[in-house]
Amino acid sequence: MSVLVFAETSEGKFKKSAFEVTSYGKKVAEQLSTNVVVLTINSNEPTLLYAYGAEKILNVSNDDLKIFNAKIVANIIKQAAEKESSQVVIIDSNTNGLYLASTVAVNLNAGYASNVVALPSETTPFTVKRKVFSNKAFSNTLITTDIKVIGLAKNSFGLVENSVSGTVEEFSPSIIESALASESIEQTTGKVTIADADIVVSGGRGLKGPENWGMIEELAEVLGAATACSKPVSDLGWRPHSEHVGQTGKPVASNLYIAVGISGAIQHLAGVNSSKVKVVINTDPEAPFFKAADYGIVGDAFEVVPKLIEKLKDFKANNA
Amino acid sequence: MKILVCISHVPDTTSKINFTENDSKFDSNGVQYVINPYDEFALTRAMWFKEKQGATVTVVNVGTIATEPTLRKALAIGADDAIRVNTEATDGLSVAKELAEVVKNGGYNLVLAGKESIDYNGGMVPGMLAALLDYSFVNACIGLEVEGEKATISREIDGGKEILSSNLPLIIAGQKGLVEEKDLRIPNMRGIMMARKKPLNIVEPINSSAATEIASFEKQDAKSACKIVAADNVDELISLLHNEAKVI
Ligand SMILES: Cc1cc2nc3c(=O)[nH]c(=O)nc-3n(C[C@H](O)[C@H](O)[C@H](O)COP(=O)(O)OP(=O)(O)OC[C@H]3O[C@@H](n4cnc5c(N)ncnc54)[C@H](O)[C@@H]3O)c2cc1C
Ligand SMILES: Nc1ncnc2c1ncn2[C@@H]1O[C@H](COP(=O)(O)O)[C@@H](O)[C@H]1O
Repeated sequence: MSVLVFAETSEGKFKKSAFEVTSYGKKVAEQLSTNVVVLTINSNEPTLLYAYGAEKILNVSNDDLKIFNAKIVANIIKQAAEKESSQVVIIDSNTNGLYLASTVAVNLNAGYASNVVALPSETTPFTVKRKVFSNKAFSNTLITTDIKVIGLAKNSFGLVENSVSGTVEEFSPSIIESALASESIEQTTGKVTIADADIVVSGGRGLKGPENWGMIEELAEVLGAATACSKPVSDLGWRPHSEHVGQTGKPVASNLYIAVGISGAIQHLAGVNSSKVKVVINTDPEAPFFKAADYGIVGDAFEVVPKLIEKLKDFKANNA
Repeated sequence: MKILVCISHVPDTTSKINFTENDSKFDSNGVQYVINPYDEFALTRAMWFKEKQGATVTVVNVGTIATEPTLRKALAIGADDAIRVNTEATDGLSVAKELAEVVKNGGYNLVLAGKESIDYNGGMVPGMLAALLDYSFVNACIGLEVEGEKATISREIDGGKEILSSNLPLIIAGQKGLVEEKDLRIPNMRGIMMARKKPLNIVEPINSSAATEIASFEKQDAKSACKIVAADNVDELISLLHNEAKVI
């Protein structure tokens, strides 16, 4: 028996979520009085996972796997789960994790719960709490199959240090065929992505036009944040679609979300309210966002944001 | 090309979320149901293949009779026919198994779904369906072209996009980008009239066993009130974020 965690890498480096799923997997293994095994592919430094409780690491080194293919990786996870007699398989909620988890579940004849936000509240019956109705509620869901697949919601459990001395084993699974071929990858380099960002700075229609986004980008830069926007802003073409956040856009689960000139419509909030701390800057004290936010400034973005940038620069200089 | 579009029937995005029967059931009282927003992108793309490439388009839902108005709406948008698998959808895997039967029996070679249902937020049915059928699958799809048997697909990745290719059969889970927001179809009067005469076939379920079960629901905890900082005092905001919230 074991708990298997899939720790995702990007160009050899662990994504932050890799440490979160490992932290979580270690605790689930403790609940089940068993061991945690972490599977990773082409990691430069697998031993980094020891700090989060990885007792055993299976590292697959194979240049053919440099380009992600969900079907192939899902099959590798299945092989690892069978080899380790895993009862629970834990996968992150990054783009690739979401892509492969449902395939893993079918491969293993397992029940799958996605968007899980906490440790199992019970292990018999196996019960997990997950986000439903676009973050407006939770469900307590039983997984009734022998093997369980858990998709852990981003930033819901956090990193828990739990240093162990583990082992790294080279694992050479067989690689299956896939009819799907990757032709090219277009990456906007150098920018923090909404998915990875600890802080997201977001602008709404209150900013009046695309020419006013300079201050949003500057604020994001000072904070090392990603930029985002409300739906109408991307519909109007002021900002790219990839920045649209909310119920029908990208979900945001950052530590800090700063909303500038965004009213806080129910569909917008649904996608961002998993963020830990929310700040709103809006001229209208009645804007619904104030009900959802932790901190707010009633004021004109064109006055407040430049001041905030200036003061944050001082703050960063003093706290560097 | 025989296209199947999977339609999930969900509460409108503005719905108030409440539960009944000791928090074990969603309270549908007064709730307006719609086509899942992601599935609208899939359906609109399917209409393009119908009009430009002569594809046939079937829409399918696994659900009770309550979902029929949603299927009729999809027919009014232009689908040729509809299938309802007559069982309550409670679990992703069993829905995927029902849909797999429909795909096999109908010989569909392109299946378009949405990346997730906005009610239970599973994000699991399309991937499971693909795995059950051993079809190629692309999640978070933001572009799809088909020439003969060959499909070119774009998917969103963190900070960019990936272009993939595959022969049919293929399943995609789509989102905004698959078509533009402004191109989404809404039913017109003629479409609504025609939809009444289009076939809506009811299929009995294979009753595959579920792998998950919802025991209860909980609402979000009530939030503590927002702390308001004066507009001329951004220093205080910075100090709160640093010392109290500890996020900067
Ligand atoms: C099916 C459906 C799905 C949707 N999905 C999403 C989604 O995923 N994401 C999303 O964001 N929306 C979504 N929406 C749209 C949503 O309902 C709102 O229309 C949208 O979020 C409003 O965007 P906004 O806050 O930028 O603009 P507005 O509502 O126009 O708000 C602008 C705000 O800026 C403030 N303001 C004006 N001037 C200033 C100034 N100088 N300084 C500071 N503040 C100022 C105003 O007081 C106002 O509160 C969806 C809608 C539907 C029907
Ligand atoms: N009951 C259902 N009937 C038909 N299609 C469904 C059903 N549930 C989910 N789907 C499809 O699968 C996608 C993802 O749904 P889900 O896995 O429930 O988040 C949806 O966007 C639909 O295209």
